[in-house]
Amino acid sequence: MNWIDIGSIEEVPLRGARVLKTPAGCVAVFRTAEAEVFATADRCPHKGGPLSEGIVHDRKITCPLHNWVFSLETGMALGADQGQIATYPIRVENGRMLFDASAVALAGAL
Amino acid sequence: MTRKLVVIGAGMASGRMLEHLFEAEPGAYEVTLFNAEPRGNYNRLMLSPVLSGEKTYEDIVTHDDDWYAAHGVTCRFGERVVGIDRAARQVIGEAGAVAYDKLVIATGSDPFIIPIPGHDLPGVIAYRDLEDTEAMIALGEQPGARAVVIGGGLLGLEAAAGMAARGVEVTVVHLMGHLMERQLDEAAGYLLRKSLMDKGIKVLCQAVSKEIVAGPDGRARALLLDDGTELPFDLLVMAVGIRPSVALAKEAGLAVGRGLQVDDQMVTSDPDVLALGECVEHDGALFGLVAPLYDQAKVLAHTLTGRADRFVNKEVSTKLKVTGCDLFSAGDFAEAEGREDIVFRDPARGVYKRLVLEGNRLVGAVMYGDTGDGAWFYSHIKDATDVSEMRETLIFGPAYQGGGSADPLAAVAALPDDAEICGCNGVCKSTIVGAIQGGAGDLGAVRACTKASASCGTCTGLVEQLLELTLGDAYAAPAAQPVCGCTDLTHEDLRRLIKAQELKSQPAVWQELGWTTPNGCHVCRPAVNYYLLADWPLDYRDDPQSRFVNERRHANIQKDGTFSVVPRMWGGITTPDELRAIADAADKYGVPTVKVTGGQRIDLLGVRGEDLPGIWADLNRAGLVSGHAYSKGLRTVKTCVGSEHCRFGTQDSTGLGVKLEQILWGSWTPHKVKLGVSGCPRNCAEATCKDVGIVCVDSGYQVSVAGAAGMEVKETERLADVATEQEAIDLTVAFVQLYREQAKYLDRPYKWVAKVGLDWVKAQIVDDLDTRQALIDRFEISQSVYRKDPWASEAGETALRARYAPLATLSLEAAE
Repeated sequence: MNWIDIGSIEEVPLRGARVLKTPAGCVAVFRTAEAEVFATADRCPHKGGPLSEGIVHDRKITCPLHNWVFSLETGMALGADQGQIATYPIRVENGRMLFDASAVALAGAL
Repeated sequence: MTRKLVVIGAGMASGRMLEHLFEAEPGAYEVTLFNAEPRGNYNRLMLSPVLSGEKTYEDIVTHDDDWYAAHGVTCRFGERVVGIDRAARQVIGEAGAVAYDKLVIATGSDPFIIPIPGHDLPGVIAYRDLEDTEAMIALGEQPGARAVVIGGGLLGLEAAAGMAARGVEVTVVHLMGHLMERQLDEAAGYLLRKSLMDKGIKVLCQAVSKEIVAGPDGRARALLLDDGTELPFDLLVMAVGIRPSVALAKEAGLAVGRGLQVDDQMVTSDPDVLALGECVEHDGALFGLVAPLYDQAKVLAHTLTGRADRFVNKEVSTKLKVTGCDLFSAGDFAEAEGREDIVFRDPARGVYKRLVLEGNRLVGAVMYGDTGDGAWFYSHIKDATDVSEMRETLIFGPAYQGGGSADPLAAVAALPDDAEICGCNGVCKSTIVGAIQGGAGDLGAVRACTKASASCGTCTGLVEQLLELTLGDAYAAPAAQPVCGCTDLTHEDLRRLIKAQELKSQPAVWQELGWTTPNGCHVCRPAVNYYLLADWPLDYRDDPQSRFVNERRHANIQKDGTFSVVPRMWGGITTPDELRAIADAADKYGVPTVKVTGGQRIDLLGVRGEDLPGIWADLNRAGLVSGHAYSKGLRTVKTCVGSEHCRFGTQDSTGLGVKLEQILWGSWTPHKVKLGVSGCPRNCAEATCKDVGIVCVDSGYQVSVAGAAGMEVKETERLADVATEQEAIDLTVAFVQLYREQAKYLDRPYKWVAKVGLDWVKAQIVDDLDTRQALIDRFEISQSVYRKDPWASEAGETALRARYAPLATLSLEAAE
């Protein structure tokens, strides 16, 4: 594990998202509650839509291009659609978001 | 042999510890007790009932002078400890040193004071001890006194409720979006806020305190918020949180992190120094609630008497001690992955329950309105019970094992008798129920006797629910399409209920209307957001996170994730300067495609998301503003050149188009709205396939509405012929406002008019001049908020601008 401070949770709007640029591509950081965040790949497996621009509801994200819905916990597509997005370790400590950079370093090496 | 024990701090934790100690081994220690407050141990938790007048100080004293005397405790109350000499094993008080064999530090916590200007003025207090409580009680004796409480957590709300009970006019200022955000989720926070408001307490959320200003007498007089609001007060209570009081321990060289660090036996880094209470840090955790402190007291007493024991930090539960606010929260309901929610709402009784499950275990519970089962849920959380067997009925509590689901009729049943169901004809619930009981057995009969749902028809669903409610199984309602899976309500019902119940926030809608999900979905959220901002323009603040990407980013997303930027050109008119600015921006940001649109605008396609604020700022400098080509709102007013240049033109169609666009721009509507103004019946502006089309003729203006030129093509229908330009403008504005107030989200005007009928629309805005004027007035109120350039605000405010850029960029080195 290689926990890196990527910013204050207040920089992500509640039920919104921000993008984190990494060597393995863009990661979307979602804030689902006052003190709850998730990190997943930003790219929808359907047509490449930017998931960070979608609507966050419960612990789910709806892609802005064609309304595919993914679980932020498992990365699985929900409903009738088939697919999965990568999920990455992230946690909140004292209002700071810590992202496990080793996850993207591995992905980048592949 | 009797050993010497010195205890610093006579709080609830040390008091309980001494009880355990004297019980386990009376006479083992000779105790000296220091306390900075000039009194012994009292139940600090009970200060709130003292404040509200339900108890007196005498009621909450836990250890009186006789108790200390009986146990041989030397009390040094009202004396500060100035230092600890660990080498000499001495505690140095203001009145002299005392030697110890064992030392217990129980210095508790200090209230956190926000260091804004004026925080140290007289008239600003914390809520911590009896002195603070007495200051608040004294305020209640002053007629017309006003107080401001900063902090909407447990303590702040108890202070607010206590002062309000004593007749003080109280305003609570809270930084976060909802009250008690650490213990409650939004829905429960909304219910709490509502019941506090019912007690006459004003609650301001998302309010940032900027400065406390003094009056001529040097006392604090008013609080300024960063939005410019000034809140005058006689007393300001800061209750934003506590910090472990560790200065003494730190000075003595003990290991201090966020708090004074202790092990499982409550021993600090010095084996002869122990600590407990709010000043300690155990395994990274701090403590603010009393239950774990009592556990610590027991463990510490055991350690002092040589018995093996260890402190384990358990889940805790919270109850707010405010009469009439029935609230319970336990465990953890927000902060981890792999969790599921069970939500139960009963709008009629103001009940909200939410359970959080992780695997087969219950890990958190929030309850409002009916907390009778709180202890039962709390015990399952503490014991980590496997709840998979009772999962289906878990939320109904221990008494209920039969299953069942929320009643879809609950929201309508909860409406008061005088709630207006039919807005067109002013028919209230009791009138309709009365008619049904009098024999009106179906929709047609109700319409005939009460006129309810006989005009625009948007309340039909509610009338049907009243039929169902009153007649029971005898009435079979036709199936209606709900908004989405989160609710059984149709769009029409939802709109009526938002108005009838005066619901002014999204959590209010979710709770009062029994949403089955914690915070909606991508289908209902944009609709609810629109209905709220359309119905309560001054009360509700638009929520960007409930908007589709284009409206949140103020640009249209393209299939490759880039955006298109369309500046407004009023009525299709531009200037060489504007064109130069557009060309410069296109060059500067490497815009790959520049296209002229069907609505007489210029579209810059392929702009990167992070460049949006930059290109907007450049365009703003040339006087160009957002063209809202992305919004469900006014898009364009297309015009022909009219009488100014055209040899056939009968009126100034361009001028009218510009005026209309300047009045209507920025307004949000259920779906997009496009207008056209043609200067003569040759109709070069193609006005007769727009949402509103005006064709100029010699005698005046033909105003027509409800055209379409998309998937469906439909000619507009004539609303009215009018003689003056002003009348044409008035009719257009009234039509747009009627559409804003009545239509279902994502229905274009032609679809909505088909539902309500053009005759009904005419009756409202052509024949009835009062209604027309009222619509125009309401439109203006809404526009006082929304007639502004979103590009300028997004590009101008650093915080908003930042959201277009990546949060951070991880380099390969950082990642490795």
